[in-house]
This record gives sequence, C-alpha cells and structure tokens, in this order.
Amino acid sequence: MKKNWWKVLAIVLILYSLIAGFLGDVPRRDILNESIRNLYFHVAMWFAMIAMMGASLGYSIKYLSGNHLNIDARANLFAEMGLVFSILGITTGSIWAKFTWGAFWTNDAKLNGTAITILIYLAYFILRGSLDDREKRARISAVYNVFAFVLMIVFIGILPRLTDSLHPGNGGNPAFSQYDLDTNMRWVFYPAVVGWILFGIWVSGIRYRLYSIKESLDQWRNDSSDQLH
Amino acid sequence: MEKRLFRPIALILAVMLSVGAKAQNEVAMADVMRENGKIYVVVAVVAIIFAGIVVYLISIDRKTNRLQKQVDELKK
Repeated sequence: MKKNWWKVLAIVLILYSLIAGFLGDVPRRDILNESIRNLYFHVAMWFAMIAMMGASLGYSIKYLSGNHLNIDARANLFAEMGLVFSILGITTGSIWAKFTWGAFWTNDAKLNGTAITILIYLAYFILRGSLDDREKRARISAVYNVFAFVLMIVFIGILPRLTDSLHPGNGGNPAFSQYDLDTNMRWVFYPAVVGWILFGIWVSGIRYRLYSIKESLDQWRNDSSDQLH
Repeated sequence: MEKRLFRPIALILAVMLSVGAKAQNEVAMADVMRENGKIYVVVAVVAIIFAGIVVYLISIDRKTNRLQKQVDELKK
C-alpha cells in the first residue's frame, strides 16, 4: 500500500476533477457556455498525452545509453498510452468543436498539428512492427522517437502559436494567461492533469507487467525447444 | 438641496448596476440545473462509473501482479 500511494492520489485527483468540474464556478462566456468545463477533461487528455510521450522519450534516450530491451519496452508502452490519450483528445475535441466552432473538423493549425502528430506516432508503431531483429528494432525506434517528440513539440507547441488559431493561447498570445483561464478553473484543471498523468503511468505499468510475463514465457519456450533439438 | 440631487443619482446608479449585472447573466448557463440540485444526480452517476472502472483497474493491477510473482518464482 505504501508503494501505491500515487495510485490513490491519481484516483482522488481525477474524482475531484470530475466532481468540481461539474459543480465549480466557471466564467460565463458566450458561445462556450457550460461547455467551458470541457477544459478539465479534453485539455487534460492532451497534457497527459504530452507527459506520456515525454516519458517515452526519456526511456528511448535511456535505452540508447544502456541498450536494455526492457527499457525499450517501457518506451514503447508509454508511447502507446500517449496514443490512447491523444485519440481521446482528438475525438472529444472534435465534439467540442462542432458545438462551439460549428464543425467537427476545422482547418485550425492546432487540429492539423495534432493529426500529424498522431500519424507520426502511428509511424513509430509501424516502424517497430516492421523490424524483426529486437536489438535493431529497439535502436532504430529509439532514435525515431527522439525525432517524433521534437516534431510533436513543433506541430502542437510552436506552429499553432505562429499562425492564427481558434484555440485560446495561440496566434501570438501566451497560453494560460489570466484572460484564458481564471483562477477557479486552474484549481480544477491542474489537479486533473496530474491525476490523468498518474493514471497513465499506472496503466502503462500494468502493460509493462504483462510484457515481462510474456517475456518469461517466450524465454521458457525457447529454452525447451533448444532442449528438444 | 444636496439630498435632493443625491436621490435621483443613486437611483440611476442602482438601475445601471442592475442592468450591468443582468447583461453579465445573459450568457446562457445551466443555472436551472444547478438551482434545483439535479446536477448532483449527474455528478453522482459520473463518480460511480469512474469508481467502478477504478475498482476494476485495481483488480487487474493485483491479478497481473500476482501472475508476475508466480512467474518470477518459477524462474528461480
């Protein structure tokens, strides 16, 4: 239980964001109306996704300096978790866009940027799937992951800020200025982000456990087939 | 004399303030939903669903943990 305190924290923070997210005070804004509360849920997905990709990048760099295959597996599984968050982010964003901007998809710089980012990470998984040699797969995909992360930052962190965007905080304005996010909302939004990041680490850890069980099974299978020959 | 002037000015100020407050309230929000308290029902439902998913996640966490321990013991 002592080791799992952060899992409890994840549950508490997310639950708090669900309750306070519905009941807390939010600014009255035209067009947005109550949908402003989506910030707690939709935007938190993107923050969690970036954190997962960051963890994946960290493990990729660690792999390149140590060449341990489990580290490569960690990188892979964090990227997978990030992909889950990004798909949740893009679908929820699409619904929100429909009712505030008028269309499920607009030619907004940030929307296209996220779509490209998802494709970049899908390419990461395709790259992994197409290489049979494990060492080679780990090394090449680790190098690719560094590029993928940098491209993600360019496509969702930099380019949308350089052009006009429907998203607040883009098109020259610094994100999360006083104007965009009021203090009440910060108190729900940031706990939600931390909660979802911890949640992602949790699920990713379970996936890693399944990976290592499968590893042991594969090893036994190889050992027993060696004995037969 | 001063009192006579003060009254209409106060009245005008009061009207302006109330109009201003109304203009602020014009943005449609789910006020009725919050007024009669039914929003708590929705929050309760959402919280229960999340709690259920979490309980299931915890059980998956424990089961995989146990499985890994068994595998690790066989390894020795």
